[in-house]
Amino acid sequence: MSMMDTLRELGKREEVFSFLQHAAPSPALDTRHGPILYVEGVTKSFDGFRALDDLTLYIDDGELRCLIGPNGAGKTTLMDVLTGKTRPDTGQAWFGQRLNLLELPEHVIAQSGIGRKFQKPTVFEQLTVFENLELAMHASRGLWTSLRWRLDGEQQDRIDEVLALISLTEQAHAPAGVLSHGQKQWLEIGSLLMQNPRLLLVDEPVAGMTGQESEKTAELLTSLAGKHSVVVVEHDMDFVRSIARTVSVLHQGSVLAEGSMDEIQSDARVREVYLGE
Amino acid sequence: MRGLSWKGAILLGLLMVPAVVVADTDGMSADERAEKLAEQQKKQTQTRTEGLSGEAASIVERLATDDWQAINDVVEELEALAAPETLPVLQALSDRRLYFDEQGRVLIEDPATGEYSDAITGETVEVASENLSQPTLTNAIRRGIRPLIGQLQLFSDDVATRRAGAEELADRPRPEMLGRLKELRAEESNPEVLRLLNIAIARLQLDASDSEERLEAVEVIADVRSARMKSELESLLETDAQGDPVEPDAAVREAARDAIEAIEERQSTARFLSDLVYGLSMGSVLLLAALGLAIIFGLMRVINMAHGELLMIGAYTTFIVQNLFALMAPQWFSFYLLAAIPAAFVVTALVGILMERGVIRFLYARPLETLLATWGISLILMQTTRVIFGAQNVRMASPEWFSGSVQLMQGVSLSTSRVGVIAFAFFVVALVWFVMNRTRLGLEVRAVMQNREMAAALGVSANRVDMWTFGAGAGVAGLGGVALSQIVNVGPELGQNYIVDSFMVVVLGGVGNILGSVFSALGLGVFSKFLEPVAGAVLAKILLFVAIIVFIQWRPQGIFALKGRAGDDD
Amino acid sequence: MLMRQPFVMRLARLHSGFGWAVLLLLTALALVVVPLLNQFVTPDSALYIPDWLVTLTGRFLCLALVALALDLIWGYTGILSLGHGAFFALGGYVMGMHLTHNRMETGTIPNFIQFLGRDDWPWFWVPFQSFWFTAVMVFLVPGALALVFGFFAFRSRVRGVYFAIITQALTFASMLFFYRTETGFGGNTGLTDFRELLGFSVREADTRLVLFMLSAVAVMLSYLLCRYIVTSKLGRVLVAIRDAESRVRFTGYNPLRYKLFVWTVSAMLCGLAGALYVPQTGVINPGEMAPANSIEMAVWVALGGRGTLVGALVGAGTVNGLKTWITAAYPDLWLFVLGGLFIAVTLFLPKGLMGLRQQMAGRSKQ
Repeated sequence: MSMMDTLRELGKREEVFSFLQHAAPSPALDTRHGPILYVEGVTKSFDGFRALDDLTLYIDDGELRCLIGPNGAGKTTLMDVLTGKTRPDTGQAWFGQRLNLLELPEHVIAQSGIGRKFQKPTVFEQLTVFENLELAMHASRGLWTSLRWRLDGEQQDRIDEVLALISLTEQAHAPAGVLSHGQKQWLEIGSLLMQNPRLLLVDEPVAGMTGQESEKTAELLTSLAGKHSVVVVEHDMDFVRSIARTVSVLHQGSVLAEGSMDEIQSDARVREVYLGE
Repeated sequence: MRGLSWKGAILLGLLMVPAVVVADTDGMSADERAEKLAEQQKKQTQTRTEGLSGEAASIVERLATDDWQAINDVVEELEALAAPETLPVLQALSDRRLYFDEQGRVLIEDPATGEYSDAITGETVEVASENLSQPTLTNAIRRGIRPLIGQLQLFSDDVATRRAGAEELADRPRPEMLGRLKELRAEESNPEVLRLLNIAIARLQLDASDSEERLEAVEVIADVRSARMKSELESLLETDAQGDPVEPDAAVREAARDAIEAIEERQSTARFLSDLVYGLSMGSVLLLAALGLAIIFGLMRVINMAHGELLMIGAYTTFIVQNLFALMAPQWFSFYLLAAIPAAFVVTALVGILMERGVIRFLYARPLETLLATWGISLILMQTTRVIFGAQNVRMASPEWFSGSVQLMQGVSLSTSRVGVIAFAFFVVALVWFVMNRTRLGLEVRAVMQNREMAAALGVSANRVDMWTFGAGAGVAGLGGVALSQIVNVGPELGQNYIVDSFMVVVLGGVGNILGSVFSALGLGVFSKFLEPVAGAVLAKILLFVAIIVFIQWRPQGIFALKGRAGDDD
Repeated sequence: MLMRQPFVMRLARLHSGFGWAVLLLLTALALVVVPLLNQFVTPDSALYIPDWLVTLTGRFLCLALVALALDLIWGYTGILSLGHGAFFALGGYVMGMHLTHNRMETGTIPNFIQFLGRDDWPWFWVPFQSFWFTAVMVFLVPGALALVFGFFAFRSRVRGVYFAIITQALTFASMLFFYRTETGFGGNTGLTDFRELLGFSVREADTRLVLFMLSAVAVMLSYLLCRYIVTSKLGRVLVAIRDAESRVRFTGYNPLRYKLFVWTVSAMLCGLAGALYVPQTGVINPGEMAPANSIEMAVWVALGGRGTLVGALVGAGTVNGLKTWITAAYPDLWLFVLGGLFIAVTLFLPKGLMGLRQQMAGRSKQ
């Protein structure tokens, strides 16, 4: 490791200090120029393997975008970069015009309006379904507010509403750990809804779901578009076809093609990558 | 079947333990006997004469007496005679191994075998020990014998013996030997013996009345840069009550000043070198203590708080082997340490496997629970040891080849055990490296640790590999215990002192990285050795902990870390 | 959003009516029944509570307070600390320094400071002459150490066993520091030979009784504080951190602040426990910081049941009761029992005594 890297690493550590600021940065989201997400020239290597290679991507406000691509194309790494989990080697990532995603820690990014659903469903297993939703609810994340927090009637209604939407009303007071795989997926989506983010990053939402369940998911995600921007990573082509307006194909860490599902399917390069033709 | 034989072996081991601890032959417990054997082997003594004749024989014969005056005369006559063949007699006299029987035969006891031989004929004599008596010695006589032995040793053909003699004389030369020492110096070929002789001569000449001779002495000292002469030189530069210099000759004073400077320069180089080696040695001890942990914690991610107790068991196994040798094979006693190496490995590996099968394998998914359970195991192991061996430290007797000292450069010598432990550490590291990288077991271990499911799919039994890995890690800890037994006190709490340090080494080196542990252990050893004089031992240790904690802030993955895409998903 | 509610109402909801009744009963037992049975019943009566038992129980209460603090950080937040002995001992040293001032006549200094070649109090000893300063420092000293240490550790996301190990190094290093005579804390003898506190002799049975009652009050109030924390949304965030810390971060909470808060509170409670413990035992020395002590604290919590505050109290009482009995009756056996406890609890009682009923029910269902 060179001296420079070390210094850079020290520099990055600095960010965590941001918790010393009294309040989280206000969600000064500026989307007047159209796109809500700008990703430009992002590169990230792991031990010489380029997970992201000069990737450029724009998402419009209110858009529903699907990301597809073979394994190792960089889809999950992209999500990691956007949520602050991974810092890229070079490149830019802006949320609206003002928020530099590469400088904010994970929790500030989440507070400013980017919600993420993981590939492997992660819910708080020891908490009940209700408590999972309560924690995710859009509200101040401060220590003292949490200590004195109490739900008001309106918030209670909101949780009930989401519970009904994700069909978990009956399990509301069961620990999330006992839910089935599909139910956990739903709970995680429900938590996302409670967070009320401007941009949803959804990683493989229908893995482990029955046909009926994934239809319902498709419906839900489609209905979210407009008010929210949604980026969906999915392998299930039928599912993608059922929701997609615009599809981006990732290959070897950069965008190979972009367009409607039909355009993508007729694209020669995509066929080559996917089918080896 | 296998289980049965393990149990059998363990049962047998347990049965033998009390026997070895308390076994009592001719009024000596096993460890007392071991101590005596080691003590006697340390002195490289010839245990019988090759037959004496003529004047020597007639003088030695007169040792068969209770009269210390007579013995004093005998010693003086032997000194005047200066016959090298009387050396075994003098040594036996000095070590209280000389006896005489009712017939007036002078007998020498062999410390290793307990046999007696006739001092005059050199032949073995069968004699009952209750019929023997010892010549009476005063301390003054004893003091007189030692330089005499030293002088006689100088005639030996064996370099080590000559060196031992010169060493004695360099410390306590007798003025009347000056002439003979100069003769010997002229004949001596070995540089180290020559150096010691020069010191002895210089020490005598320093008191000479002739200033030429004193100057020569100071120059000799400057030449050999002997640190032990520094205070003598310094006293030359002092002034007496009247303010006059003790040394009247200015040239001698000047030479003494130069000599002191040369000595000091040598001393600082020597100190640096010995600190470095000593630090490496401390690091090697740390490494040996931590290596087993590096395997168990590093590869299996099992927090084994009983690791220190595995070291302790290794050390106690060495103790048992030592006692077995003392009891059953005293003639092979000096090799007990070599036998202890495989024994300690096997015993601790067995204990480790028992731990793994009995407790740890049920806790693989719960690291914090493993920590607590292994702590419980450590308490039980410690208390068991206390019940069997007692709460006191046991007596370890290092074999003679491991308890001397090694000369690194002129004036820098370190105890063999300190240097030996470095070599041993490298041996163990090489062994571990070989097993991990060149054997089927190592391959399977690495496969399982990287991807259990995949390895299992390829037909590797992860369960079995876990057991062997843990056993191997525990065995390596046992090897560490063998090394520790030669350096620190062996008691039930032995392991407790190493557990925190060992974890620090592994964490600092990067978990799962054995090479990292090697560097971090050696680095910590050298670092703390150099920090000690500045900050004091305890503060150095505290500073070290603080440094490690700060270091982990900066590089949580340790010195050598593999960067990977595998994230930190909770 | 944040509904203003009377604090009393929030407090009332900490427990069911039954729970409050039990709590009140226990408090009454400690504050009324025990003093009565100790003071007004003749020693030959079966109901008499001897002085030694009062002091012993008082000490147990302090240890129970430590267990409570450890449960907050380990049971709820999933952060195992093997260094709580250091915070406990720091609280003890703070109180011990005040008591040492009290035992010295004006103008004199203890021997261990004289040996350092000085004839006055070192600067860091001077303010402990004041009781109120001491009372504040009992919380601030362990709290500050925890805050600084925790900040650095949590900031670099040191977790799980790594955190446990560096906390062990923390208490080990503190122990070495206090063992040094040069640091001015009495070396390995520590501070002892205490005489009085606020004008009352700490050797008198009556003072001991009051200290016992104070310890009981401290445990009760700390219990309520912990209960308040764990039943709040903050408590649920703590559990969430234990389950999936990165998920908490992506939900918009900053785990660092939450962990640091509960870690510091926990250390302060330990400091309080240490400060109450020392006048009741009459000595504080670096041995309290030995890593073994801190690990033993973990077994109190594990035996009682992690993540149940009552369990921590029960566990501390059980283990220390056993220890007192066995070390007196069968001294050689104690370490076997303790070691066996560590193993048995982790293997067979993962939820501790409090989870026993649940575990039984689960088994019978199968």
